[in-house]
Order: sequence, then C-alpha cells, then structure tokens
Amino acid sequence: MERIPILRMGKVLLVTIQVDMHDQLAVTLQDDLTSKIVETGARGVLIDISSLEVVDSFIGRILGNIANMSRVLDAQTVVVGMQPAVAITLVELGMSLPGIRTALNVEKGMALLQASMEADEAELEVPDASLED
Amino acid sequence: MPIRSSQDLVLVRQAVRTWSAELKFSLVEQTKMVTAASELARNTLDYGKGGQVTLAVVQEGIRRGLRLSFEDQGPGIPDVELAMRDGYTSGGGMGLGLGGARRLVNEFDIVSKVGEGTRVTVTRWK
Repeated sequence: MERIPILRMGKVLLVTIQVDMHDQLAVTLQDDLTSKIVETGARGVLIDISSLEVVDSFIGRILGNIANMSRVLDAQTVVVGMQPAVAITLVELGMSLPGIRTALNVEKGMALLQASMEADEAELEVPDASLED
Repeated sequence: MPIRSSQDLVLVRQAVRTWSAELKFSLVEQTKMVTAASELARNTLDYGKGGQVTLAVVQEGIRRGLRLSFEDQGPGIPDVELAMRDGYTSGGGMGLGLGGARRLVNEFDIVSKVGEGTRVTVTRWK
C-alpha cells in the first residue's frame, strides 16, 4: 500500500508530504503517525507541506486531527512550509487551522519544537526544586 | 470526468490546475479554483454517491473563464440554504465545503432536487 514516509530525528518525527494526497493516504498518515509516536516516544512532529499545492478542508481537518492526537500523546506538532497561495486560499475557505502551530520553514519549525520540548522539561524540574525548600 | 473514488479527486484537481494554468490564472487564482473543485468533487463523491464533473472554458466579451459543473444522481439536498451555511454538515466534514467553495469562485449556482440529484456550477473569470 502507498504510504507517506515518517523519518525519526532524535525526539522528533519528520514528515514531508511530496505527493498530491488522496483522502485515504491522508487518513493512513494520521494512523501511522499516532502509532509511531507511541512506538518511539517522540515528543515532536514536524510536517513539511511545502510541496502541497492544495490544502482543502479535508486535508486541513486531518492536519488538525494529527495535532490534537499528538497533543494527547504528549507530543507537539508544527506544520511548516505552507505556500502563500495555499494560506490565502485556506483563509478565504474559512479555515484557520485552530490548534495547529505553524512555522515558515523546517529550520524554524525545528527551533520551535526544540524550544517547547526544553520548556516542558524545565517545567518538570520545578516541583522537585520546590520540595527541597 | 467521472468522480467515483478518492483517487478521482486527485485527477480532478490536476485537470483543473492544468486548465487554470492554460487560462493564465495567477497562482493564487489557480489554487482557489483547484481547492473549490476539490471541495465540490468530494461532496459529489461523499453525499451524491459519485457523479461527474464537466470542465469548460467560457467567454463573455473579452473576458475568459473556467466553468466547472458537478453533477450527481444522489439523494439531493432538502434544504440548500441550510447546506450552504458555514459549519453545517450532514456528514463528518467541517461544513466548509459548499460555503467555502462559493467564496473561492466568482459565480456559484446550485440546483438540487430531493431524490434526483444535485448540480453545482462554479465559474472563475480571469
């Protein structure tokens, strides 16, 4: 079966969508990603959509689902590389992708994930410190 | 073009992209038209139980445009006004398909008869 590859880079799963996704492929990606988060204990998911020429309400919904599911599984999702024409069209369509964090490109998306993973870890250390007082 | 499977949606998007490019639509105009086509084709598939789309280049005076006509012989829409409203969905979608597609084109026309089917015609001018 046709699948979109998921790469692992440390604590981050990296997905680059390079084909015009049909609906079943998008649903398969959603399932694969959630399994992979559990399997690898990943803390972040980076989805690069720079090759996507169309994001309609279905794909938008799938991206939202992925972000919500990864959050429930204790991972953060960042969508990067959206083309300007796609952004304009999405807004006009009436979708604002609530709950999805976005960044301009892969580099900025990685930095965003790194920062939020570090912030999470720092937060976890706070209760220990207060116990010592 | 037939709309019978989710793979057909990809073919419809590609055809609309090619035609819009030939009409010299800007990238944003192309993306809007392809996205509108994707929404309407999915409606034809999911709610109309499949159907077809007809593509046509239309001319009015000096301006040219692309017209898409989506037809199905499905159950039809009992309340078109309600179906056009944002956020309303009878299926599992986000309720942006019809209303969203209307915002992405210049002209939008919908005819639906319960028990006979639905025809949605959209046009975008260059």
